[in-house]
Formats: sequence, C-alpha cells, structure tokens
Amino acid sequence: MTAYEFSLSGTSMQARADGTLWLPEARALCVADLHFGKSERMARRGGSLLPPYDSTETLIRLADAVRACNPATVYCLGDSFDDDAAGLALPPDIEDGLTGLMAGREWVWIAGNHDPAPIALGGSHRDRATVGPVTLRHIADPSETGPELSGHYHPKHGVATRAGRQVRRCFLISGARAILPAFGCYTGGLSCTKAPLDALLKPGAVAVMLGRRAVPVPLDRALA
Amino acid sequence: MTRTRLPAAFQNWFARQGWTPHPHQLALLEARDAPATLLIAPTGGGKTLAGFLPTLVDLSGGAGPGMHTLYVSPLKALANDIARNLRHPADALGLKIRIEDRTGDTGQAQRKRQRVDPPHILLTTPESLALLLSYPEAPQIFAGLKRIVLDEIHALAESKRGDQLMLALSRLATLAPDAARVGLSATVEDPPALADFMAPGPPEGAGACRIIHADPGPAPDIAILDTAHPPPWSGMGGRYAVHEVMDAIAAARTTLVFINTRAQAELFFQALWQVNDANLPIGLHHGSLSRDARARVEAAMVAGDLRAVVCTGSLDLGIDWGNVDLVIQVGAPKNVKRLVQRIGRANHRYNAPSRALLVPANRFEVIECRAALDAVAARDLDGERRADGPLDVLCQHILLSACAAPFDADALFGEVRSAGPYRRLPRADYDRCLDYCATGGYALRAYDRWQRLMQRPDGLWQLRDPRRASMLRMNAGTIVDTETLKVRLRGGPGLGEVEESFVASLTPGDTFLIGGQVVRYDTLKEMTVMVSRSPSREPRIAVFQGTKLACSTRLSERYLELVNDAAARHRLPAHTRDWLDLQEDISALPAHDRLLVETFTRKNRSYLCLYGFAGKNAMQTLGLLLTRRMESLNLAPVGFVSNDYALLIWGLTEVADPAELLASGPLKQGWQDWLGENAVMKRTFRTVATIGGLLERNLPGQRKSGRQATFSSDILYDTLRRFDPDHLMMEITRREAMHGLVSFERIDEMLARTDGRIDHRRAPHVTPMAAPLLLEVGKVPIKGLAQDDALEEEAAQMMAEAGLDAP
Repeated sequence: MTAYEFSLSGTSMQARADGTLWLPEARALCVADLHFGKSERMARRGGSLLPPYDSTETLIRLADAVRACNPATVYCLGDSFDDDAAGLALPPDIEDGLTGLMAGREWVWIAGNHDPAPIALGGSHRDRATVGPVTLRHIADPSETGPELSGHYHPKHGVATRAGRQVRRCFLISGARAILPAFGCYTGGLSCTKAPLDALLKPGAVAVMLGRRAVPVPLDRALA
Repeated sequence: MTRTRLPAAFQNWFARQGWTPHPHQLALLEARDAPATLLIAPTGGGKTLAGFLPTLVDLSGGAGPGMHTLYVSPLKALANDIARNLRHPADALGLKIRIEDRTGDTGQAQRKRQRVDPPHILLTTPESLALLLSYPEAPQIFAGLKRIVLDEIHALAESKRGDQLMLALSRLATLAPDAARVGLSATVEDPPALADFMAPGPPEGAGACRIIHADPGPAPDIAILDTAHPPPWSGMGGRYAVHEVMDAIAAARTTLVFINTRAQAELFFQALWQVNDANLPIGLHHGSLSRDARARVEAAMVAGDLRAVVCTGSLDLGIDWGNVDLVIQVGAPKNVKRLVQRIGRANHRYNAPSRALLVPANRFEVIECRAALDAVAARDLDGERRADGPLDVLCQHILLSACAAPFDADALFGEVRSAGPYRRLPRADYDRCLDYCATGGYALRAYDRWQRLMQRPDGLWQLRDPRRASMLRMNAGTIVDTETLKVRLRGGPGLGEVEESFVASLTPGDTFLIGGQVVRYDTLKEMTVMVSRSPSREPRIAVFQGTKLACSTRLSERYLELVNDAAARHRLPAHTRDWLDLQEDISALPAHDRLLVETFTRKNRSYLCLYGFAGKNAMQTLGLLLTRRMESLNLAPVGFVSNDYALLIWGLTEVADPAELLASGPLKQGWQDWLGENAVMKRTFRTVATIGGLLERNLPGQRKSGRQATFSSDILYDTLRRFDPDHLMMEITRREAMHGLVSFERIDEMLARTDGRIDHRRAPHVTPMAAPLLLEVGKVPIKGLAQDDALEEEAAQMMAEAGLDAP
C-alpha cells in the first residue's frame, strides 16, 4: 500500500503517493491545481519560453491515476487551467486526451482563482461540490465547520533526515480539513508551517509527504 | 629613445614620486596606436599605470567631451580602488577629466547620468558593460571611445565572464572601430592563446595582438616547509604543521596563508589561533564571509595592522599589498600557474625575489608539492586548453543585442565571429541560438504566436514585446550564485553566507565554523540561518562547500615522472621515499602510460584500487561509473572513495578482470545513462538555463512572494530530458559536463594514454599507496533508494513520538 489512509469526520479517504485523493465509498478521485496551459500562458504574457511539455506531462500523470482507480467521479478542485484563455487554447492532443479520460464517468470542474469561468470542455462546472458530508472547494474556508477538501495553496513540507533534508509536496490534514498538493507539472510549493497555511493548522495536524509512498509526518513539532 | 615619447610633465611627475618608468610602461606608450596589446607582468610591476599611461598622455593634450577610455576589471572593488588611485596622477598633472566607476553598486541616478553624459574614463565590470551596451543609447555613449583597458585578463579568460566580455567588445568594435585594446595579465602558460582570445579580428587570420613581456624579476625563493612530524597519511587541512607555520609567520613581516577551500581555511585559522601565544594579529578572508568582514580585513592589511591573513582564492586578485613578504601555500597547489601567481603576491618590490613555503597536507601531496616546485623552477606552467565560447553566453548576448536595437542576423553573426572565443563558431550553432532566443527552440513548435524575437518585414529581428527588455537586462551576467543563505548571529551581526545545500544537511544543534568561531545552528528564519555562539571548540560539521580544484593534467604528469625517476626521487623526504620503495616491493608504482590496478581483500571485503591520476572530479566520476557497471556485473559494490590520484572501490565480490570492467565501450554507454540522472548535471543545467535566459533569476524581494508559482529548475530539466532531450540547453549542459565538475574528458584522456595497458596486481593485503585512501573522508555509499528509506524511517519515528499511528 503506498497511500495514507485517514478519515475526516467519519468519511474514509486515501492520500495517494501521486498527489491525488481517493474516496473509496463514493469511488471519487480528487485532484487539485492541474494548471494546464501554464507554459503557454507565461509565453503569452511575455515571460520565459518554458519547455511546452507541462500539459502533456500532467495529462500522463492524471491518466495514470485514473487508470489505477477507475473512479465513478473525478473532482478537479480548481486552477485546473492556468487561466481561462489557457482552457480555451488547449492543444488538440491535450483536449483529446482529457476527453478520453472523461468518457464513461462523471467529471466535475470546480472553479479556481485562475480559472473562474466555465471552460468549453465537457463535464460539469461548479463553484463547489459535496460528496456525502464533505464539501469540496478551491480555497479552504476558515469558517467551514464540516469536513472539507481543497487545493490552491500547493502545500509542501521539509524534514531533516539521515540522508539530508527532504522537501516534498504534501497533503495537509488538519482537523476536519484536508488540503491537496498541486498536481500540475510546473508548480511550486508553499511551506505548511508558514503564513498563510500555518493559520489553518490545528493540534494533531499531519503533512502527508509524497515519495515512493505517501508518508505522514506530524506538524505539531514543526509548529512549536 | 622611447623616453622622448613621455611628455616632460609626466617625467617630472615620475621623478617627484621617486620612480623611474619601467621599460614595459614605456613600451606600452610606444604601442599606443596598435589595435591590441597584451602586457604580461608579475604583480607589483606597475601594470595598471602602464595600462593608463597612454590615456593620461593623450588626455593631457586636452580632453574633448565623451568617453575616452573604458576600463574593465573582474572585481567591483578593484574598479573602485583604481578610480581613487587614478585621481592622484590626474590631479597632479592638472588634467581636467572625469573618472567614474559603474558597477552593480552604482546608484540609479549616477547610472542614468552616465548614459547621457559619460565620463572620460569609465571603470566597470564585464556585467555592467554588457548592460550598458543593451541600452538604445549605446552608440552615442561609446561613439568617441579611444582606448579599452582589460585588467586581470588572465582571470577573466578562465570563466564565462571572459566570453561575455569578448562578445561585448565585438559590439564595441562596431560602435567605436578605432578603440585600441590593452590587456593586463599576470604570468600565464600560453601568452599567444591569451592574445588571440582578446584580439579583435575577422574569423580568418585573427587580428594581430602584440605581446609585451615585462621583466619577470628574479626567480622565486620557494621551498617545502620543514616540519617536526611528517605529514599524515591522509587529510587536507595541514594542521600538523601549525606550529611551524606560526614560527614562519612570526619571522616574517606580513604573510599570506593560502589554503584551498573555505572550510579548511576556517579550520586552519582556528588551529593557528590555538598556538598563537604571542597574540599576533592574524585575520581570515574567504568568499563565504560577509562583505563587511572581508572589507575590515582588507583595510587592516592596507594599514599594515595584520601580520598574517589566512585566505582562499578570494585574495588571488586585487590591490597589491607592498608589505607582504611571505606566501605560505597549505595543501598541494593543484595547479602550477596558480601557484606562481600566488607566490607573486609576496614581495611586490619589483626586483626582490618572492618568498614562499609549501605545506603538503598528506603523503600524496608531498610528491605533488615537489613536482610543483620543479615545475616552477623550470617555468613549466600548466593550463587546460580554453574551450570555444559557450552557447548559453551567446544566447544572452543575442537577447541583450535585441534590447538595444533591432538587428540583422548576418551582421550580428559577423560581429560575434570577430570575438576570440567565437572565431570558430559554426553558422549552424549560431542559427540554433537565434532560433532558441526567438521561439524557445523546442521540437514542439508551441510558441509561434508568442515568439520572444520576431523578424520584421525588413528582415531585422526585434523583441516582440519591447517591455520585455527590462526583464532581460535584469537577467544579464554569467555569474550564477549557488543558492546561498545569510548566516546571522541571534541578536547580532551577519557572519557570512553558506550554501543552501549545506544548510539542508543541518539539524538544529549542529555546530559549524564560520568566521573563525564555532556556532550552533538554531533555525532557518525568512531565508536567514539563525545561529548562536557555541561553547564547544570542535565543530561537529566542518564542511561547507566552496570550489575544490582538481590537480591539473600537467602537474599529474610531472607527479608520475617524479615517482618513476629513481634519481629525482632522492629529492623527496626520506619518509616519502620509504613509502614509495615499499609500494614498489609489494605492488608496483603507477606510471604514465600504464594503468595500475590493485585488488586485495581486507576484513571480508574485496578492494580495488585504481591509480588514474586524472584529477579529483574525473576520479569521482569514474568511481560512480565503475560502481554502476559493477552492479550490472553483479559485483556488489558497497562504496568508494577517491582523490586526485586514485580511486578505491570496495564490495562483496572480488573483481577478477579489471580490464573487462574498464572496457571503454560499455563505460561510455553507462556514462550516457548515468549522466542524465546525475545531480551535477542538474546543477550545471541550472547555470546554463539561467545564463541562456530560460530561467529567470531570483531577484531580491521576489523570493518572498509568489512561492507557489516558482518551481525548481530540476522540474524543467526532467521535463526536457523526457520530451526534448536534444534541446539546445540540454546540449550545452552535456558539453559543459565534459570538462567542469563531471570532467569526462579527463577519463577519456586517461584511457587513451594507458590504451588498455593495465597492470593488475593482486596484493596480499592493503598496499602502501592504497592505505591512505582507506582513511580518506568523503566516502560515497552506493545507494538505491536511501533517501526514501531515510525519510520513511524518520517519519515513522516522529509519528510514534507524537503518539500517532502510521499505517
């Protein structure tokens, strides 16, 4: 088993080593911050001409996860596209690949700050969604009291080990809330113990770091 | 006869100083109309004044408006000091001229004014010059330029800064075709090569550059330091000799103690102070110390307040200190040319011999020091051949050219080929660079709509988005810092900087040395390493990186000649002679045209020791390659260790046929696979991609915000490796790996010179020459998934401590 199993207010979940989150009862796969079209957007805005293969790489990883889980529903927790124009200007092969993944299952695009408007691809478009008691949204809502899944912050965490400091993307599980790591290829990270993420930490919070397995690490000590 | 060229006012000025002009100073004045001249002079020969004399003479005839002379130096501080020092003769001679410097430290207002109204003499660095040329006003700024003075050109030529400078000069040659170039250099092994490097000229028949040799002065007085105890078998620090070094410092007026790495400098400095019973003022100077700390030491040196400074290459260049009368080199010099240049730092009085002492740090180095002394006496300098101009620097030059004005591709190509390092540049390479700058150069043509450079209907290339120019300018330069973090004492001053990778290896409570004091690592706060004073005298972790030089090819050759020359061996100390004799009895001595490989068993492990003498980088690479190959041959390697001379591998199975292991075909294949995944490659890629403009520099202030959006260059490397392995930036990265840190070139060279002549000795036990390697630090374990193992182990422990269940 390479995933980390936990539950939020009674709903069991698996934080997978690939950065996706699996809800076995609902057969739902959640993924956050795909950032399709990031290199294209940077070039369009006059930035660096980065290798234009990030969308392909992200699609390959997403296809692997979908193949492994065969979900009934896929929830993309926002910032799936680096901006609305990127969503509209997807290269044909990426669009075809996504359409192939969407066939035969329900697909929900939750709006993010990068991609607020619905895009032309299939699937349904929501501001937020619910799976049983769990609310899914892009940015964690501090006033939320029920179980909640979100993305946006690209959490990462570092641990000093015998083999040197290991910094990895991670899930942040704190109270009834879990924040997913960014899944997209060209994405950086925000440290779990720094503002603004530290404000969301509760006693017993855990970072689940990605590697060959999903590895849980307590955050209490890092916070102290 | 030449004296007639020196105007009376100048002769009087020299006389008033009590000086007589050096012949080379007059020769340079004589040659003032030549398009290019290279002056080679030892330190203390009045080089800088020689470079400026023609300018001052010219300006004394009346200074018109506009820039007359451009001076380029590798050090900001030098540009600063020269500005001050030139003022003196200029004022004394009554010259009404403006002398200003322009470096990264120059204020915005002054820079702006310099672009509108340039001074008569501008002192700058290669980076600031490249920037200045990227402004649309460049043609006006440099229109009347008469002279260009290139200081410490030998040092600039050793790095990409030199390539950048020569490209900038190729642009200047178009803007100011009459400007004469003068290069000022310390002693180098191949003056014509350096002259060719700096000469202007068309691709065929490089422009002539005259070489003027100053009198090299008397031969240096150098020796190996006599010590009560022989040097240890292994180790690098030279601390066994600390008492004798202290005595030598006490006997001299002012001493420079050069040591090869920053960590060793820290340790040696601490050791010196422990025996400094007379409390002689001794300072410390290296590149990781804060700018303030370094400036304080430099000022104290100028004032004559210090008896000694322990330093690294950080003091190889810079202002001459006339009062230095002894140079001590701790650890083998690794490179004869550098040794000669360092020795030249002692006794800057022109006609007195330089005095220097060498302190070998271990037995291997005793031989290397002897070989180096012989080389100095024979004036046999080494030096690696300079590689052709790198393409990442060319890409940056193309982008900066576009910032100045739209350009014609053919004209720019012609200009670039008039720069020494790019004289052999194939058009195809240039076109690839241009395509990269314009479209990104990817196999997947994704950016046709968003090109960085576009070709106009009239054929000229220009920036698609002119606002882009300021961003490109901010990226200019070829110095890519290893990510460093500031070190600050809790509630106290900044102490210096250490590499991020070093910090990553620290756990709170670890102690290390910086600035001569032991500090305890507390925490990382806002990208600053917070430390507190530690009462312990011995740091737990002593090593932070800093460059280590590999022993040069020529010096390695001399090493092997010395070992195999029975007569010459008599000049080695007795303890080292006995060591070599024993080695010859039990095994054999390594030779230049044969490869000695020993195998022996010790404590249930099988050892293989290979005497490649290819320099430490190449020997380390060879260790990684051979152990990889051993894995595939089921020879179960466990680890290895290497130094400049040899490689020792241990494993569970004996290697019966070293020749099979060293077959160059499979070795090269393994190299290709291994290279792709190597961390050194990723580091090289980061530098190349930053210079080439694929990655934007982390600018001050930018690091704190937008962390979510910035991602590491490793991601780009992995992506390119998977989807576009032939991309220009990958190609450049591979080319650099051939020399540089991976240094495959020298493995190739070693295989060629030994050409399959392998002497395999099966020794009954560990051999005399292999024994020191067993004690060597820096053993490399062969790891598979060690990092993941360590992470999971640490995490499980933390979860258990926190009372949380891991699945």
